[in-house]
Amino acid sequence: MGAVGAVGTVGAVGAVGAVPGYDSDSASASAPAFGRGIRARGGAMANGLRAYGLIAAMWIRSTMTYRASFVMTALASFAVTAFDFIAILLMFSHVDALGGYTLGEIAFLYGAVSTSFGLTDLAMGSIDRLGRRVRDGTLDTLLVRPAPVLAQIAADRFALRRLGRITQGGLVLGYGLLTIEVDWSPLKVLTVPLMVLSGAVIFGAVFVAGAAFQFWAQDAAEVQNAFTYGGSTLLQYPPTVFARDLVRGVTFVVPLAFVSWLPALYVLGRPYPLDLPQWTAFTPPLVAAGCCWLAGLAWRAGLRSYRSTGS
Amino acid sequence: MDLIELDGVEKVFDVRRRAGLVRREKRRVRAVDGISFRVARGEMVGYIGPNGAGKSTTIKMLTGILTPSGGRLRVAGIDPARERTRLAQRIGVVFGQRTTLWWDLPLKDSYRLMHRMYRIPDARFRENLDRCVELLDLGELLDVPVRQLSLGQRMRGDIAAALLHDPEVLYLDEPTIGLDVVSKAKVRGFLRDLNAEQGTTVLLTTHDLQDIEQLCRRVMVIDHGRLMYDGALAGLHEVGESERTLVVDLARELPPVVTELARTVRVEGPRQWLAFPASQSAAPLVAAVADGYPVVDLSVREPDIEAVIAKMYAERAEP
Amino acid sequence: MRLYGVVAAGSFRRYATYRVATAAGVFTNTVFGFIMAYTYTALWDQRPQLGGYDVSQAVTYVWLGQALLMACAMMGGGFEDELVERIRSGDIAVDLSRPVDLQLWWLAGDMGRAFFHLLGRGVIPLGLGALAFDLALPGASLTWLAFLAAVTLGLLVSFALRFLVALLAFWLMDGAGVTQISWLAGLFFSGMLLPLNIFPGALGEVARALPWSALLQVPADVLLGKHTGWGLAGAYAFQAGWAVVLLGAGRVLQTMATRRVVVQGG
Repeated sequence: MGAVGAVGTVGAVGAVGAVPGYDSDSASASAPAFGRGIRARGGAMANGLRAYGLIAAMWIRSTMTYRASFVMTALASFAVTAFDFIAILLMFSHVDALGGYTLGEIAFLYGAVSTSFGLTDLAMGSIDRLGRRVRDGTLDTLLVRPAPVLAQIAADRFALRRLGRITQGGLVLGYGLLTIEVDWSPLKVLTVPLMVLSGAVIFGAVFVAGAAFQFWAQDAAEVQNAFTYGGSTLLQYPPTVFARDLVRGVTFVVPLAFVSWLPALYVLGRPYPLDLPQWTAFTPPLVAAGCCWLAGLAWRAGLRSYRSTGS
Repeated sequence: MDLIELDGVEKVFDVRRRAGLVRREKRRVRAVDGISFRVARGEMVGYIGPNGAGKSTTIKMLTGILTPSGGRLRVAGIDPARERTRLAQRIGVVFGQRTTLWWDLPLKDSYRLMHRMYRIPDARFRENLDRCVELLDLGELLDVPVRQLSLGQRMRGDIAAALLHDPEVLYLDEPTIGLDVVSKAKVRGFLRDLNAEQGTTVLLTTHDLQDIEQLCRRVMVIDHGRLMYDGALAGLHEVGESERTLVVDLARELPPVVTELARTVRVEGPRQWLAFPASQSAAPLVAAVADGYPVVDLSVREPDIEAVIAKMYAERAEP
Repeated sequence: MRLYGVVAAGSFRRYATYRVATAAGVFTNTVFGFIMAYTYTALWDQRPQLGGYDVSQAVTYVWLGQALLMACAMMGGGFEDELVERIRSGDIAVDLSRPVDLQLWWLAGDMGRAFFHLLGRGVIPLGLGALAFDLALPGASLTWLAFLAAVTLGLLVSFALRFLVALLAFWLMDGAGVTQISWLAGLFFSGMLLPLNIFPGALGEVARALPWSALLQVPADVLLGKHTGWGLAGAYAFQAGWAVVLLGAGRVLQTMATRRVVVQGG
C-alpha cells in the first residue's frame, strides 16, 4: 500500500517537472499563452482599480457639493459606531467581565473587527445597491463602459464619511492595546495589523458574495447585512459568550472567526474555541485569499446569470 | 464593409410566473427569434417595433450586456458577449431614460470622467468635446449640475458623453422620448450631421416615427422577436399595402368622383379625397381627374407611416 | 376618515408586495436576535436581576426589540425619505394644494406600513426566538392586548418624531445629516442597544424620560408585566403625552412650512 503510494508520487513528480525536452513544443507553445492569461487578468485588475479610483473621486466631488451634510454624516457615522461601544461600556458599568473577558480585552476584539469592517465599508459600502440597479436597469449603463463592473459597482456611492467608523474602531483598538496585559513578542505584534487587513479582505469577500446573490434575489440586500453588520457585531464579543454551534458556524461555514477571533485570542493568550490548534491564528491571510476566490466565482456566476436573463 | 453582423441570433428567456400560491409556471419566451441583418459602416438605421417586440433585447446583445442564446453576432469584428469591455471602447450607447451623467456635478465633470475612463488622448478629447458643445448647444450648460438640466438638455448631454471616445457605432434607445419639439429637432439635426460628417454608424430604436422619417433611409421592423421588414422607408408602404391620398379641390360641390384608378373616401363641400395604392404613380390619376372634372387645386398626401406599421402588426397578429 | 383608511390599507399592501425583502429582513432580524440574546445572557449570568429583569426577561427584551425594530422604524426605513424627497423636489406644493391633511395623510400611510412590519417582520423573529430561547412571554391574553395598545402608542410617537425631522427639509438645503443624527438618537435612546433600565444614574433618568423610550422600552415593560394597574395607566399617559406634544409640534411646523411654500409660490 505504502509502496504504491510512493511510486505514484514519484511518477507524478516526474510527469510534471522532471522531463526536460519532453513535449517541449507544446510546453513552449502554451507558456506564452499562459503568460498572456495572467497578464490579461493583471491588466483587468489594474484597469478595474483605475476605474474604481476615477468613480470614487467623482463621488467624493459629488458629496462635497453638500458640505454641511458631509460633516454631519461623517459625525453620525462616527457616533453610530461610538454608541455601539458605549453600550458595551454601559454593560461594564454593571460587571467586571463578560464571558470571562475584561473590558480591555473586549475593546481589543471590538476595535480590531470595527477597523476591519470600517475599511471594507469605506472601500465598497454601497455594493449592496446592486439589486436596486438591476431592478431599475441602471446596471446596464455600467456594463457598456470599458471597465469591470465589479470595480464600478464597488465604487458606487463611495463616501469618505465612512472614515468615521474606521476612526472610531481605531480609537477603541488603541484603547484596547494600551489596556490589555500581553507579553508582546514580534510575532504577536505582527499578528495585529495582519488580522485587521485580512479581516477587511474577508469582509470584502462577504460583501461581494452578498452582492452577487442579489443578481438572483434583487430585494435581498438585507441578507447581506446579517453577515456583514451581524458578523461584525458578533465578533465584537468573545466566543465564550456564544453557543458552541454558533461558533462552529462562523468558523467553518461563514469563516468570520478568522476575521478577528483566532488571531486576537492568540495575542491575548486565551484558549481557542472548539479546541482549534494554535497555528490557525496565522491562517487569516490564506482564508482571506480563499474567500476572495469563492466570492469571485459567485460574482462571475451572478453576472453570467444576469447577462443571460437580463434581470 | 459590414460593421454589424447578425446571423440567426436568438435570445430565449425562461420566465417564471407565480401560478397559485406555491406552484410556479415556467414559460419559454423567445424574445429574439432568429434575427439576421447587416449594417454597413456609415449607415443610419431605424429599429422599430411595439413594446416587448425584442428591440431592447437586440440592442443589449449588440452592446454585450446580454449573451445571445444562439446564432452569430459581431460588432466591428468583436463578439460582444465575450469581449464586452474591449467593445465598449468602440461603441457609444445612449439609453433614453437612464442618464449616465453625474447627478450632482456640473456636466463637464461627467465628460472629464469619460475622458479618463475611455483613455481618450487629450487633443482628441478637446476636439470632440468642442464639436459636441458647439453642435449640441451645450456651451452654457457645462457648468450646470446635471440635476438642474431639463430633459432635453440632459439628453443632449448624454449624447455628447457617448461620443467623446469616437465610437464607430452609436446605439440610441429612444433618444427623443419625452422631449419637446425644439429639443427633438436639435437632437435629430445633430444626429444627421454626425452621420454625414463623421460617418458614424447609427442604430436607433424609437417610438417616434418622425425620428425615422427624418433620419433613416433604412428601417427594420421587429415584432414578436422576428424581423418583419428590412429595407428603405419608402418600401414599407408597399409591404404594408398602404394607400396615398389625392386631395382634389373642385370648382364647386359635385357628387363623388368616379374613376377605376382610385376610390373616393371622403367628400367635404367642393373638396374630395381619393385613395390609391401607394405603389402606383399619381400621374395617371391626376390626368384622369383633371380630364373629367373642373379641378382648382390638388395635392398628394403620403401615407401615414404609423398607420402602415399598425396595419403590419395587425396582419401579423392574425395569421 | 375613510380616505385615510384607504391610504393605510394601500400602504400595507405596497409593503406586502416585497416578499423577498421581507424574508431577507426576517433573516437579518433573527441573526441579530441570536447574537444579542447571547450577549445579554452573558451579562445577566453575571448580574442576575440586573435592571429588574431575570435572564429570560432580558432575552425576551432582545427579541421584542427585533420584532419592533422595523415597525417603529428605529433605524429608519419609514416614509421620511419619501417626504423629504417631495419637499426637496417641490412636489410637496401639489400635496399641500390637495384637500387632505398632510400630517394625517402620512400618518395613515405610516400606520399601514407599521402594521405590515409588525406582522411581516415582527411575528416570525419573535416566534423563532421563542423556539430557541426560554422567553418570558405572558399567558394572559389581556397582557398581550395591553402590549398591543402600548405598541400602537409607540408607533404614534415614532411617526411624530420622524415627521418633525422630515419637515426640517423645508429649511435645510440638505437634511441627510439631521436625519442620520435623529435615527441615531432613536437607536440609542429607544433601548435598542441596551435596555434603558440598566442605563446608569442620570443618563438612565434622562433616557427613560425621552420620547424614544415610548417605542420599545415601555411596550416591552408592559409585556413583561412591569406595569400593571395604575402603573400601566401611567405608562400609557407617558406615551400618549409625548404623542400629543410631538404631533402638535408637527402641526405647528407644518403650518409654518405651508406658509413658506405659499409665500414662495411653490
